[in-house]
Order: sequence, then structure tokens, then C-alpha cells
Amino acid sequence: MSTAIHDIGYRHYDGPRLGRGQTLRALYTHNLRALFGLGRGAKAKIIPFALAAFLLLPALADVAIKAIVKEAQFLIPMAAYGYGFQPLIAIFLAALAPVVASREIRYRSVPLYFSRPVGPWDFVAAKFGAFATALVLLVGVPVTVMYVGFLLTRSSLIEAAQQGGGFGSVEDIPTVAGITGDWALALLGVVLLALVLSSFALLVAAFTPRRGFGVAAVIALYLISNVVVGIVQGISQDRGAWDVAAWMNLFTPFNLVYSVQVALFDAESEPLIAVPDTAMGLTGLLLCVLVVAGSLAALHARYRKAGA
Amino acid sequence: MNVTIAALTLRGMLGRRRAVLLFVLPAVLLVLSAVLAFTGNDSLGVSTGVLEGFGMVVLLPLIALIVGTGVIGPEIDDGQIMYVLTKPIPRGSVILTKYVCAVGLITAFAALPILVSGVLLLGPGSDVPWAFAVGAVQGGVVYGAVFLALAVLSRNAVTIGLIYALVWESMIGGFIAGSRNLSIQSWAMSSVDELTTASTVEVDSSVATALVLALLTTLVALGLAVRRLSTLTLATAD
Repeated sequence: MSTAIHDIGYRHYDGPRLGRGQTLRALYTHNLRALFGLGRGAKAKIIPFALAAFLLLPALADVAIKAIVKEAQFLIPMAAYGYGFQPLIAIFLAALAPVVASREIRYRSVPLYFSRPVGPWDFVAAKFGAFATALVLLVGVPVTVMYVGFLLTRSSLIEAAQQGGGFGSVEDIPTVAGITGDWALALLGVVLLALVLSSFALLVAAFTPRRGFGVAAVIALYLISNVVVGIVQGISQDRGAWDVAAWMNLFTPFNLVYSVQVALFDAESEPLIAVPDTAMGLTGLLLCVLVVAGSLAALHARYRKAGA
Repeated sequence: MNVTIAALTLRGMLGRRRAVLLFVLPAVLLVLSAVLAFTGNDSLGVSTGVLEGFGMVVLLPLIALIVGTGVIGPEIDDGQIMYVLTKPIPRGSVILTKYVCAVGLITAFAALPILVSGVLLLGPGSDVPWAFAVGAVQGGVVYGAVFLALAVLSRNAVTIGLIYALVWESMIGGFIAGSRNLSIQSWAMSSVDELTTASTVEVDSSVATALVLALLTTLVALGLAVRRLSTLTLATAD
């Protein structure tokens, strides 16, 4: 592959070349840095870091409550963190999906990438990987902070509970092994959430390259699916159709992932209006896989067309 | 007001593929209302729930955000605004024209669908659809001005508008009742409450205060937009 470096006839290069892995890694880091505005001006950093800080705040508050007030109960269950703060995640998705997915299309620079040994799949994989990583960091870091905060304060929490004082009994405080399991399952949920949300948001943003419209399109999908599902769930519950209400969970991205977490990963069912059973969880998981695979295939087609 | 600018703005908003979003969002509301009416789920409670929860909380801010920023944002981004600004047209007139276009589009794509879906659900005899339509126009007048000003002030207008609508109006408004006194959405809802006798619409703030605050916000936003457009420097892309 001597075409990888422009050979315009002055001096040849016959030395070793970094392979496809390095290409992918370079694209991946570039996209991840662009997402958080690293290597760009301060203005590009404000929105991602402000949203990340907003999302971290409740976790820090939780640790502070554990350390100072000795309340063992979590402010919000670790597994439900993404579900509970979904407006912030949705804004992050909407604001930053166009940063990754639309720019090259808007400025018609995709063909420049594809004139190199970079294929549409490399391109899509790097963007998807970067955006999913950003989302895992966005939600996973606060969850991990809560977990570490619990481990650090656990002995003092037990001490406080032993002295009484209305903090619940010692038996209610989870063991280290128990909380580690919860944390691992919560992280699994975070990864699933990141995969589903990032693939779909990138797809929507790639089809609305005009500035501002990509943001609006992503958020519109989130809001509309939420409100329609909410209305239908409310009505089906009034009529006693609990099954219908539970199945409706599969039609909004956050409820879909959280239903899978409740049904398969042992998450608390309380935030959901209608509790899904295992069959719904498995269907939900299948739907997640289909969403990710379908979105990536469509993204591939989109970039191949843009690069032609 | 300038007819040429208005025509260009409308063509920019409605031309080509980008108008799809403007048509799809109200269509979802209309289809949902039609299905609910057809299946007999059109009690007063459900209907006002749909009109408020979907119409006023989701559709109106979304359409206003797309339209309010869309009438001027893209032109500033790609530099086309220079062709307008180099003509001897007062900046105030440019903003006013864009603003009138925005309010017209918000009325057509948010207030009108809300009215139609209210009529679908409750029939033409009820005063609820009309109250919601008037509330939506009022909300559109304020939202339009604020988002237009945002689009002139910042290149991240859509994101900032979203943070306002989702975090301030929906999230914080849900927890802290006092923040609702400073929310465009509840100003609009207090007008709806004033105009309808339906017991399922209940807002606690006074309509007079809401109207004054709404008018003040609109004027300040438009004034800011004009001032900023007078000293606009074109930034480089992204």
C-alpha cells in the first residue's frame, strides 16, 4: 500500500508502516477529543464539561451525605443513574452527536478520508467507539464515584447504624461483595445504554447535517417517544392493561435499556411505571442489538455515499 | 418589515428536506389525538393531558426552538447574513422581519396543530382547544423572541435553548415551584387556565404577572438581538 502517503515523485518511502489498527486508533482519539472539545477553544469545552459536571453533582452529593450524615441509602440506585438523569444525557447526545457525525458531511471532507486506506467501516467504527466511550465516561464515572464513596464510608456507616439514631439497621447495609456486584451490573447497564444511544443518535445526526437541525432532530426523537409512550402507558394503566403498559417501555430509548436492566440485570423496578418481565427483557435486549446493528449499517451506507 | 427578507427566510425554513421535521412533529400529535379520539380515550382529563404534556411541553418549545434559531442561525453560520447586512436596511427591521416569520411559522406548526388536535379530542364546542391555541401563540411569541436572540448571540443556540427548556422548565420546574414564575411555558399555561373553565387545567400563578413578564421578556430579547446584530462579527466555522 504505497498509496497511503502521497508520492509526488520527490522522495519515496519504503520503511515500515503503522497498520489499520493505528488508523482506527487515530480516528477514534480524534473523535473522542473533538467530543470534549480538547484541542479546540474554550467555547467547545463548555457544553460537554458543563453537562458532565451536572451529571457528577448528584454522585458527589451522595458521597457527601454518606460521609457527613451517615445515611447508608443511595440518593439514587447506581443502576438507575442514567435513567434518572436522562434529560441531561439526552442534551449531551443531541448537542454532541452532530459534532461527531455531521461535520465531515457538512464540509464534504469524507472523500478525503476515503482516498486513504480508511474505509467506511473504519470511519463508522471510530465514530461509534468514540461516542460510546464518551457516554460510558459520562455516566460510568458518577456511578463509580458513588461506589468508591460507599466503600470508603462503609465502616463508618455500620458504626452509625450500630449506635442507632434512625439510620436503619446494620443488615440493610450491603456487603462489599454485594455492592461490587451491583456496581458491575450498573456498569453493564451503562455500557448497554451507551451503545444504544450513541449508535442511534449518530445515525440521526448523520442524516441532518445542517447546523442546529441535527441537535433538534435527536432531541425531538427523545422527547416525542417519551411523551407518546407516557400517554399510552397512562391510558393503558387506567384501563388495567398492565401488559400493554409494560411492553410500551420498549419504544423509548431510556425505558428500553432500563427495562432490560430491570428484567435481566437485577435493577430496581421502581422508576418504571410498568414493570417488565423476563420475556420483555429478552425482547428488549434483542431490540437493542437490532438498533445498534441497524444504525451502524445505515451509518455505513450514509458515509459510503458521502465519500463517493 | 422587508418582504424580500421574509421571502428568503420562509424559503430557507420550508425549502428542501429540512422542513420534514417541522411537518413530522405536529403530525405525530395529530395522529395520536386521532387515534385517542377514535378509540374513545378522549375524556377531558386525558385530552388536556395530551394538549399540555405533548402540545405545550414538547411540541411548542421544540418547534419554537427549530424555527426561532432556524430563521437566522444558519445564515449567520455560513456567512450569508452579510448579503443582508450590507444592504441599507435597518438591523431592527431585519430582526423584526425574521421575528414575524418565526411567530407565523410557530403558529402554523405548533398552535394550529394544538387547536386541531384539541378539536379532534374534545369536539368544536369545547373552549379547551381555543384556550390552548391562544396559550400556544402566546408561548410562541415569547419563545420565538428568546430563541431568535439566542441564535444571534451564540452559535450553540439550539443547545442552550434545549438546556433552558429541558433542565430549567421541565426538570427544575418539576422540583422547585418558584422557578415556574420564570418559565415561558407556565406563563403560557396561566393564560390557558384563565381562558378555559375546564377543571383539569390548574395553574397557581396570576395571569397578569405572567403576561407582563412575557411581554417584558419578548421586548428585552428582541432588543438584545438587534443590538447584537448591529455589532456582529462573523466567526469562523466550528
